[in-house]
Amino acid sequence: MALSVSKPVSVVLGLLLLAALIAVPLIAPRAVTQDLFGVLTLLVLAMNWNMLAGFAGLVSVGQQAFVGIGAYFMFAAVILWGMDPLLGVLVGGLAAMLFAVPMAFFAFRLHGAYFAIGTWVVADIARLLAGQWKALGGGTGTSLPKGTTKDMFGVPWVKDVLDISSAAAADAVTYWLALGLAVVMLVASYVFLRSRMGLGLQAIRDNVQAARSVGVDPQRLKLAVFLLTAFGTGLCGALIFIQITRVTPDAAFSVLDWTAFVIFVVVIGGIGTLPGPIVGVVVFYILQRLLADYGTVYLIVLGLIGIAIMLFARGGLWGLFTARTGVDPFPLRHRPPAHLRVKASKV
Amino acid sequence: MIWMDTLVQGILLGGLYALFAAGLSLVFGIMRLVNLAHGDLIVLAAYLILGVMGALGLHPFVAVLIAAPVMFCVGWLLQTYVLNRVLGEDILPPLLVTFGLSVVIQNGLLETYSANSQKLTAGPIEAQSLQFGPIAVGVMPLLTLASAVAVIFALNQLFYRTALGRAFRATSDDATTVQLMGIRPSNVFAMATGIAMVVATIAAMYLGTRANFDPSIGPARLLYAFEAVIIGGLGSLWGTLAGGIVIGVAQAFGAAINPEWQILSGHIAFVLVLLLRPRGLFPRAND
Repeated sequence: MALSVSKPVSVVLGLLLLAALIAVPLIAPRAVTQDLFGVLTLLVLAMNWNMLAGFAGLVSVGQQAFVGIGAYFMFAAVILWGMDPLLGVLVGGLAAMLFAVPMAFFAFRLHGAYFAIGTWVVADIARLLAGQWKALGGGTGTSLPKGTTKDMFGVPWVKDVLDISSAAAADAVTYWLALGLAVVMLVASYVFLRSRMGLGLQAIRDNVQAARSVGVDPQRLKLAVFLLTAFGTGLCGALIFIQITRVTPDAAFSVLDWTAFVIFVVVIGGIGTLPGPIVGVVVFYILQRLLADYGTVYLIVLGLIGIAIMLFARGGLWGLFTARTGVDPFPLRHRPPAHLRVKASKV
Repeated sequence: MIWMDTLVQGILLGGLYALFAAGLSLVFGIMRLVNLAHGDLIVLAAYLILGVMGALGLHPFVAVLIAAPVMFCVGWLLQTYVLNRVLGEDILPPLLVTFGLSVVIQNGLLETYSANSQKLTAGPIEAQSLQFGPIAVGVMPLLTLASAVAVIFALNQLFYRTALGRAFRATSDDATTVQLMGIRPSNVFAMATGIAMVVATIAAMYLGTRANFDPSIGPARLLYAFEAVIIGGLGSLWGTLAGGIVIGVAQAFGAAINPEWQILSGHIAFVLVLLLRPRGLFPRAND
């Protein structure tokens, strides 16, 4: 019964939060918008990785490949092909998804832990190849031409309407895009996981043989998830580098920034749960604020928390919360149809 | 002739990679655990050797004798108190725990020793070489390859000739049934990780005397080691040596063509081998 009461409440709360987040560039200082942009993009990366590792059982340590390729192709679209940066983001996402095809062909031969390092190797290949892309500066990278974001789609309009500087308008536009991406990702994840395909995915995760015996094709489903998350991660990577405005192979394909942080966010929040990445990203942000002055100590603390969670509470913070309270506003479980439920209670 | 020279240098480099990989191969063979912190543990061992050298004024070859037992204990404790708790059907927890460990070790070393690169100085032996016809071979790289062969020979002897090795093989085959024979898998696993850390310490000594190292280089070593294990075939120690040599030779030829291609050609050799022989060159284990 708790479900039927809490679900509308959580929807209303969610919409209120969304409205507040949309309003941020209008009411808050620019620094806050930029900070939240970082949080939202991290959330998008985390939701994508959670979908891969938490639901499809594909523990990838090569997500930085998609961030980097998204970023590099966005830069190529702007600098080499003269496109609008926002169109470049789409190009980046598509390029990442295209790269995921041969990557999957290779990495899907490996299982479990070997898949993890196999994806890492492929991401390292992508980084080294990006360093050979001489038109984009080779190993030293390149910057977006000055004023690119000023003329970006929507920016002049936002600038006029809100009467703010071009730079602030560009921040607002990228922020709203990140917010939109996060919301779309969240809703799409929920719908996907509640669908036939999502049910099949969770069945595979729990028992491959049993899932196969009822007609679920594990390879096809996993491939679909791999390609779709590559697209999402590529889009997000391209968007992040519009904000950074400078790309180098080491920054765009950083395993620490785009995969390690993401893994910790998901593990701390609760891997294999939908709200896990959201909880994780909030904790991550608070920790970052508290420990920002200590540099490496912050990473050590993050690593130790990740280890402790895996040792003592595998469901992460969200798992602890649902286990303690019994409240789950985003249930992924399918309750049996009414007539079956009656029978079950008789037995 | 330059190609011949490149080939020889590549084989010698492969010896170092085989040393990186031997511990990983051993641990995987026995408990199906992939330790993502293996590269960082090698770097940790290198700093430990550096510390011993500094404190006692010893040569690296002697310092490694003191560092190795310490690293054995590190491995034993790590396995007993952390990794044994996460072993199981689900591969996610051990992966994420060792990944966390990797970040903790890297940044712990960064905090203690700073990002400055260090080197283990071995004295005049570093510059000595032997002349084989037209090809000059460095004494240190030759010692590295010889050590790799010796380590793998010793591990194989341990595996197939001793009671401990029998326990290793039995636990690898069926960790439940060995308990009926009075063997505790958790102890066997702790011994295995301890021994892997001793091998890692030997690897660390050659890593540190060959070139500079700093806290951030662990993950790249892990990748080379992993590639060697997979190319060789899971569970085969001699295969791991062959895998290390494949990576070493590929890197040497890549570097000879263009220095920027060294790492890339190692990775590409790995991908090609896996596409042609998905189970590696000398597969033994079934997964």
